[in-house]
Amino acid sequence: MSLSDLLTMRNELLLTFLAMILLTIDLNLNHAKKSWMIPISIGLFLVVTLVGFIPQADQTLFGGMYHTNGLIQLMKNILNIGAFIILLQSASWLKTPANANKISEYFFLLVTTLIGMNFMISSGDFLMLYLGLELATIPIAALAAFTHFNTKSSEAGIKLLLSSALSSGILLYGISMIYGTCGSIYFDAIGAAYANVPLQVLAFIFFFTGMAFKISLVPFHLWTADVYEGAPINVTSYLSVISKGAAAFILIIVMFTVFKTLAPLYKNMIYLIAVLTMTVGNLFAMRQKNMKRFLAFSSIAQAGFILLGILGTNKMGMTSVVYFVLVYIFSNLGAFGVVSAISAKTGKEYMDDYDGLYLTNPKLSLLMMLSMFSLAGIPPVAGFFGKMFLFTSAASGGYYWLVFIAVLNATISLYYYLLVVKAMFINKNEQPIAFFHSDGYTKVGLMLCALGIFVLGFWSQVYEFINGLTFGI
Amino acid sequence: MNSYAYTLLIPLIPFFVFVSVGMAEDKLKGKLGGLIGTAGLGIATFLSYFTAFKYFISDHVAGTGYTSVKAFEITWLHLTDKLTINLGVLIDPISVMMLVVITTVSFMVHIYSLGYMEGERGFARFYAFLSLFSFSMLGLVLATNLFQMYIFWELVGVSSFLLIGYYYEKPSAFSAAKKAFIVTRFADLGFLIGILILSFNTGTFDFKELTNPHGIAIASMGGAAFMGLSVITWALIFIFIGGAGKSAMFPLHIWLPDAMEGPTPVSALIHAATMVVAGVYLVARLFPVYSQTGPAALQVVAWVGAFTSLFAAVIATTQTDIKRVLAFSTMSQIGYMMLSLGVSKYGGEDGLGFMASNFHLFTHAMFKALLFLGAGAVIHAVHSNDMNDMGGLRKYLPITHITFLIACLTIAGIPPFSGFFSKDEILSAAFESNKILFGIEYFVAGLTAFYMFRLYYNIFWGHDRHYHHTPHEAPLVMTVPLMILAFGSIFSGFLPFHNLVTSDGLAFESHIDWMIAIPSILVGVLGIAVATIMYKKENALPDKVAASFSFFYRWAFKKFYVDEFYMFVTKKIIFNYISRPVAWFDRHIVDGTMNGIANLIVFVSFNIKGLQSGRVQQYAFVFVGGVVAMVLIFVYVL
Repeated sequence: MSLSDLLTMRNELLLTFLAMILLTIDLNLNHAKKSWMIPISIGLFLVVTLVGFIPQADQTLFGGMYHTNGLIQLMKNILNIGAFIILLQSASWLKTPANANKISEYFFLLVTTLIGMNFMISSGDFLMLYLGLELATIPIAALAAFTHFNTKSSEAGIKLLLSSALSSGILLYGISMIYGTCGSIYFDAIGAAYANVPLQVLAFIFFFTGMAFKISLVPFHLWTADVYEGAPINVTSYLSVISKGAAAFILIIVMFTVFKTLAPLYKNMIYLIAVLTMTVGNLFAMRQKNMKRFLAFSSIAQAGFILLGILGTNKMGMTSVVYFVLVYIFSNLGAFGVVSAISAKTGKEYMDDYDGLYLTNPKLSLLMMLSMFSLAGIPPVAGFFGKMFLFTSAASGGYYWLVFIAVLNATISLYYYLLVVKAMFINKNEQPIAFFHSDGYTKVGLMLCALGIFVLGFWSQVYEFINGLTFGI
Repeated sequence: MNSYAYTLLIPLIPFFVFVSVGMAEDKLKGKLGGLIGTAGLGIATFLSYFTAFKYFISDHVAGTGYTSVKAFEITWLHLTDKLTINLGVLIDPISVMMLVVITTVSFMVHIYSLGYMEGERGFARFYAFLSLFSFSMLGLVLATNLFQMYIFWELVGVSSFLLIGYYYEKPSAFSAAKKAFIVTRFADLGFLIGILILSFNTGTFDFKELTNPHGIAIASMGGAAFMGLSVITWALIFIFIGGAGKSAMFPLHIWLPDAMEGPTPVSALIHAATMVVAGVYLVARLFPVYSQTGPAALQVVAWVGAFTSLFAAVIATTQTDIKRVLAFSTMSQIGYMMLSLGVSKYGGEDGLGFMASNFHLFTHAMFKALLFLGAGAVIHAVHSNDMNDMGGLRKYLPITHITFLIACLTIAGIPPFSGFFSKDEILSAAFESNKILFGIEYFVAGLTAFYMFRLYYNIFWGHDRHYHHTPHEAPLVMTVPLMILAFGSIFSGFLPFHNLVTSDGLAFESHIDWMIAIPSILVGVLGIAVATIMYKKENALPDKVAASFSFFYRWAFKKFYVDEFYMFVTKKIIFNYISRPVAWFDRHIVDGTMNGIANLIVFVSFNIKGLQSGRVQQYAFVFVGGVVAMVLIFVYVL
């Protein structure tokens, strides 16, 4: 393997390099200068993100354990952009005195999880997938427990660790069965060897639940509420957006390649889980008063929609899932960004606190409204197209009833997303959140989200571009 | 081929003006918003003229026909591999001609409004809306496919709604805006149905494919019949309904007179020169389809056009609101254009009607915009719309007077003004096709001359009224557009339209048929003479005539009670016997069910809270339970 082959892994290598550099720089900074870590980390991360956009030839490494192509590179870029926005949004929270000493830890842990996700998406066999998955999960547990002395945060960390241990166990069990029945753990080899032996079906179920845990599909979602609530807000947004997006990406790749022959069998199951996830997620989201929990549950419902694209099992399904995740990242990060900005400045996290926000902070309110509209899928913002393509893909697969249920659920979600808009614009409040200035990082992060929500809706080339990449899968 | 890519800027510049002026409305002091809008449109106008020059002259190889060019196209929505919705710019003779018409009139209106709208509240808003309208209208004419046209068609409707309702504090303006929107929207439903039938049968939205006379699209359109007409004929009739709504053809015309509640420059732009001819443009755009596959639909177009032109001209003779007279005159003239399209055939000299229609569209845009802007100058001077409040104004408004007179002579079809030439072509086309239609149009030509000069004499002759202050000529910023448009009205008749805008893109020989032209001049002169006798000096004659035809006069004055008829049908019949029961069903059954479901959801949502206990061991239990359930489903169900 030559050096240029190794450069195929530039995303992973650069991120690893970045993580090391950050630790080294941190060691050499004296106490008063720790806050320099914020611009340094964000700047370097931006470089890594931009490098990802240099076109690259498709390639396979390590005898098939690692592979990359245009679509995979796009998925990595999407995750990088999302992570970049989260880093921007974290800045004002990291500047608080409580975090003064832990800034580089935060960046280090976050970058590490991203390395894991990159390996996971690029994996060509189940071992690499599993390694990536664990590398992506364990640092998140540390991130969730980032606020040391907050019991809720510690609880979130330990709960995430325990739950993911369970799901990893089941996932590994499934992988071992695959190896046992197929004699290989390479995706290419398995696909051909799958013959619907009962043990293989069982292996599939175990694998699927492992991924379902990461995407928080019902009934494997129960950990989310507590973890999302306890974790610091930016970690929550990372968990519910980036982590979920990465898992959705690898799930769709594996479902479309390795388990393709199982499609007739698993379709009904996914059908059921999609309905459950959308409905239960919505039912829980309706009741939430805490904005973090609210967004967390609504993100469960959103994950249910992703399954519609997987059911399509055609090119359009794949395209629409990638497009949906892309749109979802911008919309959800927009909402999380506002919640995070308000929480960092005022500590307020409840929906009632948002009453009358438009009068004091019109720009934040407008962005929040935009994000809510996009999440709810109101045209012409991007979220509408994201959902529309998913629905079209499912409908073209003949799942009319599922689309009908999904539309009903989209309507229910509209209700609670509009509750937030109503609170900000219509509800009266004696003491609304006072006007405040966000710092530059937050502003840039929020503007990126607003831009994404608009541009993705109107600029169809994005969808066409993804569509071009999914060709051949 | 892509040397026309810059034409994309023509609609986009007004769009950016709309966005920027609209967003910064409060911050634009004085006339700044108007100046930005005017400058933006000036650039668009320049680009349009440049395009016309390039397309018709510099790029044109002598002896060949004009072909259509797709200057720009992107796929906007990729629904399936077969069904995509594109956005683009199509350059061909009629779209280039429309570019010139729209930008010229719009530019004139922009300049004129700097004076007319001065000091109005929401001056910048007015310009933002004007730019939005210009953008929509330009997007409409440049559309490469039916669906894009439909999108812009609706945008035009929206911006027209906003402009008619510009004085939104005034209840009459607000209800006129609503009326215009609802009536045209109702017609657009027909348009949409037509689009769906047509594209379903041909498998394409694209104009180039649709209108290629030797293409697959037209060939594929035989087939099924419904109620004696082929499905395609029905589709074309439905599309025409959409066009009839926008172009105020009977019986969908009722919104146009009310739309005069908008500011007068808006009436000049939208309700005289651009939006109302969208229906004509639509039929012209699909003309090969109409003429090759739906001659019956063309018959409908011709008769609706002829009837409307007569109907509106009769009403126009009795109205006293000067803008309404012009509105009915617009309807009547658009009726001419429709008729002309309706009697036309495809290709060569048979396409005379097609050429004549576009010719008349062009000249009409000039002189009707001039009439409206002149009427605006008069209203500006006397602060009233009613001709009973006017008289003797020729002394006070010399420039307006002269330009208005030119416009009246033009519309009356007196040579050498442009209206004579275009109307003559229409009459020739009608003469060759159907003598009855020809007769109607002959009569209408006389009526037109009569009511226009009735208007002219009532405003500018007769004795002075009691004016609040001495009427004064409008400022230069308003009179210059009048002069430019007067220039256009005089000379646009000499444009060689038969070489430029023809049904198949090929030039053909056209000459004035004096056997038709001379009687038409005479009929115009006769109309003017009657008007002169009756209205030049005030006398009892008009009242006597009105009294002797009192029944007919009252019907015409009341616009033949079409509005009242619609009111009766909607309020008395539809509301009482259909809407009420439906509303009851909706409130009690539908809402009841929905509320029930909503309550159920809230109830369930409240009661499943227990699942989220916070105990990890329970979460693990549910997790494993889920796995087991999935396995069981696989084993026993699948």
